[in-house]
Amino acid sequence: MKSIKNIGLIIFFIGLSIFTISPLMGSFVLTEDIMSSVLNENELSNLSEPFKASIVGKEYPNSASFSSDILAIYNDVNNQFKANQEWDKVMWTSNKEFAFNLSKASSNGYIANHKWLMLLLTFGLGILGSLIFITQDLKLLGAPGIKNDGIYHTKLQNRSWVGVLTAVWLITFYILLYFYPYVLVNLTTIVDPLKSLFIKDAQASQWFLYGILYCTSMIVMGIRMFIKYRHNKYQVVRTASVVFFQVIFAFLLVEILPIFGLPGKDLKNAWPLDYYFLYDWNVQDLMNSGHFGKFIFVWGIILSAIIIPIMVYFYGKRWYCSWVCGCGGLAETVGDPFRQLSNKKMWAWKLERWLIHGVLVFAVIMTIFTGYHTYNVFNHPDMDAKEILFGISAYDVRDMYGFLIGAIFAGVIGTGFYPIFGSRSWCRFGCPLAAYMGIIQRFKSKFRITTNGGQCISCGNCSTYCEQGIDVRAYAQKGQNIVRASCVGCGVCSAVCPRGVLKLENGPEENRFGSDGPIVLGNDGFEVLN
Amino acid sequence: MEKVVIIGNGISGVTVARHIRKNSDKEILIISGETEHFFSRTALMYVYMGHMRFEDIKPYEDYFWKKNKIDLLFDFVESIDTETKSLKMKSGQSVSYDKLVLATGSKPNMFGWPGQALNGAQGLYSFQDLESVEKNSKYTKRAVIVGGGLIGVEFAEMMLSRGIEVTFLVRESKFWGNVLPEEEGKLISDHIKSHHVDLRFNTELDEIIDDGNGNVKSIKTKSDEIIDCEIVGLTAGVSPNVEFVKTSKINVERGIRINKYFETNIKDVYAIGDCAQLDEGINGRRNIEQVWYTGRIMGETLAQGICGNKIAYKPGPWFNSAKFFDIEYQTYGWVLAKRQDHETDFYWEHKDGKLAMHFVWDKNTSEFIGINTFGIRLRHELFDNWLKQKVSIDEVIKNLKIANFDPELFKSFETEIIQQFNQKTGKNIEMTPKKWWRNLLTKSNA
Repeated sequence: MKSIKNIGLIIFFIGLSIFTISPLMGSFVLTEDIMSSVLNENELSNLSEPFKASIVGKEYPNSASFSSDILAIYNDVNNQFKANQEWDKVMWTSNKEFAFNLSKASSNGYIANHKWLMLLLTFGLGILGSLIFITQDLKLLGAPGIKNDGIYHTKLQNRSWVGVLTAVWLITFYILLYFYPYVLVNLTTIVDPLKSLFIKDAQASQWFLYGILYCTSMIVMGIRMFIKYRHNKYQVVRTASVVFFQVIFAFLLVEILPIFGLPGKDLKNAWPLDYYFLYDWNVQDLMNSGHFGKFIFVWGIILSAIIIPIMVYFYGKRWYCSWVCGCGGLAETVGDPFRQLSNKKMWAWKLERWLIHGVLVFAVIMTIFTGYHTYNVFNHPDMDAKEILFGISAYDVRDMYGFLIGAIFAGVIGTGFYPIFGSRSWCRFGCPLAAYMGIIQRFKSKFRITTNGGQCISCGNCSTYCEQGIDVRAYAQKGQNIVRASCVGCGVCSAVCPRGVLKLENGPEENRFGSDGPIVLGNDGFEVLN
Repeated sequence: MEKVVIIGNGISGVTVARHIRKNSDKEILIISGETEHFFSRTALMYVYMGHMRFEDIKPYEDYFWKKNKIDLLFDFVESIDTETKSLKMKSGQSVSYDKLVLATGSKPNMFGWPGQALNGAQGLYSFQDLESVEKNSKYTKRAVIVGGGLIGVEFAEMMLSRGIEVTFLVRESKFWGNVLPEEEGKLISDHIKSHHVDLRFNTELDEIIDDGNGNVKSIKTKSDEIIDCEIVGLTAGVSPNVEFVKTSKINVERGIRINKYFETNIKDVYAIGDCAQLDEGINGRRNIEQVWYTGRIMGETLAQGICGNKIAYKPGPWFNSAKFFDIEYQTYGWVLAKRQDHETDFYWEHKDGKLAMHFVWDKNTSEFIGINTFGIRLRHELFDNWLKQKVSIDEVIKNLKIANFDPELFKSFETEIIQQFNQKTGKNIEMTPKKWWRNLLTKSNA
């Protein structure tokens, strides 16, 4: 069993290695045909001469070097226009989009010509290897039950060098994905065949690649969850639910809807997590998509303003965070091996409250700006400077939000740092939707984690395995219930408790906080006091 | 300002300190030679097994003590002089007190086995035991565990988590035989065996054999069988840690003698927790209670006394819990190993042999006496209430579903249990459907 497991690990590593080095491989040659098919008229007239002079026909060994050369020219030319104030000639395509599209079209190496094979060698081997690795646990871990043996002895899961290396890999991947997608062109090419399943001969973008990676990782690690927690039906059903919502709503529907000419929206993604809800292009896109588009717009409002508060009142924010949400879903599957790394210290809790509510305020302000802008776009189409409110441009505000919160916080820090900060640092410190639901959960909800009288022995398993860094034990050992804004109701504290002390429940609001102390159930000497 | 000195930073000592602080601004000093800070003793096994780091089993962050003005002294007490109210420390310094609380805990029982002092032979109680088991198990192939109780099972689990084979010697004919009834003993024994533990009943340790260098080489049983091993886990219970108290004027028998106000024979000297020996046990409890929560209750209660509100020790109905490998165990009220004359019982076990419930009640009055539950969690508060109200067994059976504390979506077995109960007793009890459990509590309080 152990050796089969190791074979699985080796297969996984082969897949991972091929995946990791494939962006560095290939052959990229720009031709005049490619230029004229990818570039728009303005770009073509500006760039075809300089490109012909130094790039066309030249073979590059990877998309990074190719992109670096074309971007140097692109920016040179553009800067000159700007310096000369030739605004009608300035090109507005972003660097990453420009380089990505050209690289993708110019890719002509082994990978571009063997997409299916490469798909098998990367995703195929990765999935096969990890499934072999994971399924051996059915036997290796022994009978169903909590199996956390050795977690703090493995160098992946205790912030030792393997964990740090994993973090470096993830962080690099996220930075490239968000800011330098043209470096990852080959990886997107590898998943072209999958994209073609939806639209014939379509080309995969970096976001399609990310979607595939996201879904396969969640499915594979979801299977790990099924095995690890097979004695615990709450965990099994919950995991099935997050994987379902990710694969169907966040991925498949988003790919399928456009086939029918409908906007490819993730219907479960609620404002303010869905921060571009009121962006002009989003609203326009929806309004131009007939009844369905308008329905999605109204649905978005109903979801955020009505469904979410009502559901949080009855079930706590867990119904979203650990049953539906994609970010939560990744944390609960891929992030599960790292859940113990969340910081339980008091200072981290203080930081959490400042940060997450700060992001919520930021999200609201950003939405006011973009909402104002969008309102003007629809109602005052002739107005000048539609985006300016209080002298600040809505574009600047939303760009700043998108960069700081959408990319850096949610992606690079939220996921890249799994092996360092634990699985839920985005959900805990940054997610504005979590902040919004947290306030409701804390002050007006039926949800709580009930502490079972005086059975707690202060062992600390609950706190250790709380991915949200809640010091669960601090409440349990006092006989108090746990009512915390940040609790996502994953149920693992209850699962790992060796004494049956914790239970997630929805009940009447009165007595929700349980014992108010100072003594714990089991001490009858104090009855005389009351 | 009055100075309260507490010897021992376990759950008892720390609880009394915390509650004195809640109720007064007395000077508080906790002395421990074991660790600088309080940790959860019951969680030592999880550190060894890699579930947690040592810092994770400390219930309070290190800043807590200073913030709450609880002084800590990392040193051993060598002797107590109750005349001058001072303690002599191992470091040579002396510490004075106005009130002294002895919360020195237990130590593993060593029954004078030959070889019990060899490297590799050890108990599992203290932080130092954790350090030594870590050291001793580096190159270990087999461990022999002596004593069929809770710590023995923990020791076995620890060894298995590192791939060390385990032989488990139990003197009695079944596991934890002085506590568990026959059926539960068998259930747990089977479960232990299913984890590939070589579990041997009616087997006693005779001697531990030296490899010539002061390390364990093997053990010999009373029936002269030799078992090769590198570690011997001596887990045959614990007894009060009171050696250094015996030289003082404080009255010590097995433990430090106290009355129900935790007072020793010397004024201003108190004892609580594992090390204390009550004049008499309360409500069927033993007079030396080595349980986590009784230490806590004693601390809560004594703190009141020290702050001028003298309250007698009065623990509520008996309860406890444990975990044997994958099977959780809870108990409420008394389910003794043997049925008493006035008791009758009903035992249910799931066909997979991992879930069970054992109900005991009074034959004549039907009063509910106690329950053991395995693999199914139950609500402490409800049972505490039921036991105090002396409800009938029918009330308990009827409300079993409401008393369930398993996580949501878990399969429930109440229908099956009640059916079998009705079959066995000829009663016809109908299950009260699930409703919010506190309703029941308010109803029975009224």
